[in-house]
Amino acid sequence: MGEAPRVLILGIGNLLWADEGWGVRAVDQLHRSYRFPDHVKLMDGGTQGLYLVQHICAADVLVVFDAVDYGLEPGTLMQVENDEVPQFMGAKKMSLHQTGFQEVIASADLLGHKPAEMLLIGLQPVELEDYGGSLRPLSRARIDPAIDIALGYLADRGILAERRAAPLGDAETLASPEMAIALYEGNRPSPEEACRTADIRFLVPEPR
Amino acid sequence: MTVQTPNGFILDTSGKRVVVDPVTRIEGHMRCEVNINDQNIITNAVSSGTMWRGLEVILKGRDPRDAWAFVQRICGVCTGTHALTSVRAVEDALNISIPENANSIRNMMQLTLQVHDHLVHFYHLHALDWVNPVNALKADPKATSELQQSVSPSNPRSSPGYFRDVQNRLKKFVDSGQLGPFKNGYWTNPAYKLPPEADLMAVTHYLEALDFQKDIMKIRTIFGGKDPHPNWIVGGVPCAINVDGVGAVGAVNMERLNYVSSIIDASIEFVNQVYIPDLVAVGSFYKDWLYGGGLSGKNVLSYGDIPDNANDYSAKNLMMPRGAIINGNLKEVMEVDLRDPEQVQEFVPHSWYSYPGDQKGLHPWDGVTDPTFVLGPNTVGTRTDIRQLDESGKYSWIKAPRWKGNAMEVGPLARYIVGYAQGNAEITEQVNGLLGTLNVPVDALFSTLGRTAARALECQWAAGKLRYFMDKLMTNLKNGDSSTANTTNWDPSTWPKEAKGVGFTEAPRGALAHWIKIKDMKIENYQCVVPTTWNGSPRDDAGNIGAFEAALMNTKVEVPDEPVEILRTLHSFDPCLACSTHVMSEDGRELTKVRVR
Repeated sequence: MGEAPRVLILGIGNLLWADEGWGVRAVDQLHRSYRFPDHVKLMDGGTQGLYLVQHICAADVLVVFDAVDYGLEPGTLMQVENDEVPQFMGAKKMSLHQTGFQEVIASADLLGHKPAEMLLIGLQPVELEDYGGSLRPLSRARIDPAIDIALGYLADRGILAERRAAPLGDAETLASPEMAIALYEGNRPSPEEACRTADIRFLVPEPR
Repeated sequence: MTVQTPNGFILDTSGKRVVVDPVTRIEGHMRCEVNINDQNIITNAVSSGTMWRGLEVILKGRDPRDAWAFVQRICGVCTGTHALTSVRAVEDALNISIPENANSIRNMMQLTLQVHDHLVHFYHLHALDWVNPVNALKADPKATSELQQSVSPSNPRSSPGYFRDVQNRLKKFVDSGQLGPFKNGYWTNPAYKLPPEADLMAVTHYLEALDFQKDIMKIRTIFGGKDPHPNWIVGGVPCAINVDGVGAVGAVNMERLNYVSSIIDASIEFVNQVYIPDLVAVGSFYKDWLYGGGLSGKNVLSYGDIPDNANDYSAKNLMMPRGAIINGNLKEVMEVDLRDPEQVQEFVPHSWYSYPGDQKGLHPWDGVTDPTFVLGPNTVGTRTDIRQLDESGKYSWIKAPRWKGNAMEVGPLARYIVGYAQGNAEITEQVNGLLGTLNVPVDALFSTLGRTAARALECQWAAGKLRYFMDKLMTNLKNGDSSTANTTNWDPSTWPKEAKGVGFTEAPRGALAHWIKIKDMKIENYQCVVPTTWNGSPRDDAGNIGAFEAALMNTKVEVPDEPVEILRTLHSFDPCLACSTHVMSEDGRELTKVRVR
C-alpha cells in the first residue's frame, strides 16, 4: 500500500442563482458535518473554471458536487464516474461554468495530471431561474443523500470521514460568512424591490 | 442603404448577414451579427449581450459591508476586482480610510490579477485565434529549438528534445480524438499564418503558462486567506501580519512573505522570457493584419488605479493612468470625474431595459435596472428563436454607457494610449521599444494586435509593480507598522443616515466602477458599470456604435462561415459578459453556430 491518495472534494456552481449553488452548499455542509484526514481537501469552486486546473491536477481522486440539468425529474441524484464525467458535464443545458469545467479536466489531462478516479454527484435542479434566490426545499433535502454517496465512495477506497460531534457554525464556512445561507436568505429584498423571474429564454438552438 | 454614425462609421446593411452565437472562449454569453459585402468586408456590426443582468436589484436592502461577497460571485474571472471596487465604494461613502499596508496588499492583489488574467487570456483564450495547434504537429523540433533560442536567448527550456516531448504529448492527445481545448477551431483557414515551428513553440508555452499560472494565484491566496474566493473587508485587508514568528493562527509570517517575493520574481521572469518574446514572434507574422482598431484611435477612457499612497485617488497618485481622450486628440487628455452627473451616463434605447418617464441618460447613482424585453419590428424569427436581431430597436442586455455623450473603448490599450499621450515614462519606453522591435509605426497600436500587445506590456508592467509594492510593504513592516485594517467606522451606528460613494478600479479588461447609495444602514441603490458594458455596448440614441461594433467594421473575413477574424477582434478585448449581463440563455452548445444568410 502506497501513500494515501490525494482527494479533492469540489462543489461548483453560482450561489446567486437558486439551485445553481447546490454544489457549493453541499460541499459546505459536508465540511461542517465531517472531519477528514489531511490528504482530503474540500473546496468551494464557485464558477472558477480554468482557474481550478491546478487543484484538479493535484488530485488522485476527484469528487464533484454540482447541479446538472439532465432533463430528469427534479431532485434526482445522478452518479457518473471517470471518463464519463467530462462528457456528462458538457452534455446539454449547462450553465457557463460547466462547459468550462469539461475543458478544465481536458486541460489537466493535457498537462498529464488528470485524476485517476473521478466521481460526479449531480443533482437535477428544481429551479435555476431565480436570481438572488436560494436552494429549493427539495434540492436542499438532497444534500444529505448526496453526502452519503460521497462518503460511501470514499469508504470503498479506504478513506474514512469522522462525523463531528456538532456541526460547525455559520462562520466556519468554506464559502464566506457573508454568503452563509441564513443570512443570504434572511436579507433577501422583496419581490417588489427585486424582480424574481428572469425574462424568457430567447436564444434557443435552431431546429435542424 | 448606408448610414453615417456620429462617431464616424459608415454602416451598410445590404450585404449578407452572418450570425455568430454564442461567441466562444469568453466568460458569459454573447452574440454577434455582421453584414458582409461581396468583397467579404464587414459593413455593419451588431453586438448583443444575451443574458439578463440582475445584480443591482438583489443587493437592495443588504448590509453594505457584505456587498463585496455578492459581487465576487457575479463571475468566475474578476472575483477580486469586483470585491475591491465594492469595498472602495463603501469606504468612499462612509469616509473610511485604510492603512498603508492595506493599500500595498490590495494593490498586490489587483496587480496579481492583472498578471494572471493577462497571461491566461493571451495563452488560453486568445492564442488560438493566431496559433494553430494542429499545424504544430508538422513542426521540426530542432528548427523549433532554434526559433526559441533566437526569440528568447535566456529561456532555458529550448532544447529539441523538450519540443519533441511536447509534440508527442500533443499528438497523443489529438489522436485520442478528444481535442479538448483545441476543438471548435478552424484549423484549415488561410487566416492562420504561423509556420509550424512557431505554432509548436506557442502551444508549448500554452502548456507552460497553464502550469505556471497556479503559482501566481498563490499571492492572492496568501493575502486573501483562501483560494479561489479570497476574503476582503471594508476598512483594509482581512489578513494579520506577524513578521516576528509563527504568531496567531492565520497570520501572514515572514516565511509566507518570502514565498510571495519568490513568486513575484518567477512571474517577472516568465513574462520576460516567455510572454513578451511570444508576443513579438507571433506579432511579426501578422504585422499586416491591422484590422480592429475601432474606437481606439478615437475615444478611449481609463479611470486609473493602483494608488501609490493609501486613500489618495487623485490622478497624480495613481500609477495606472487616468484620463479620457476624444476624437483622437492625443494632445489633450481630459480629467475624469465619476461623481459628475454629466460625465458617465447610461442609455437604454437599444437595451432591454426601460427608464421611468422619458429620461435619457442616467448617472449611475440615479441608475435604474428595470428589464423590458421587446424586439424591434424587423427582427427575423420569434421571441424564443431569434434568427436576426433588429438593431433599430432594443437588441442587448447590456446598457450603453457614455462619457460626455461619447462611446468609449476601455481596457489595456485604452490605458496605454492615455499613458502614452500623458508622456508616462515607463509606458512610453515600453511602447516605443516594442514598435521599434517590430518596426511598425505608432498607428499600428490602433488595432486588434495593438490591444493584444498593450495587454502583454501591461502584464510586464504589473509584474514590476508587484515587486515595488512588496518592497514598500516590507519597508513599512520593518519600520514597525503592522496595521492592516481600520475598524473605526465599522459599526453602523457611526454612519450618517444617508450616504453615497463610488469605488473604481482598472480591471484587467478595463475601467470598472460601483456606485452605492446607503440609507438607514442598508443599500438603497447599487449600480455597477463594468468594462464589458463599455466595450460591448449597443448603439445609443444618437446612433453611436459601441467599441466591439466599431472594431469589427471594415474587417475582411476570409471565409464567411469561419469567423476567425471576428473572434480575433472580439477576443482582443477579453470580453467578460457574466457581470455586464447575467445568466439567461444557456443551451450549453459547445459549437459556435454560424449562420450565413
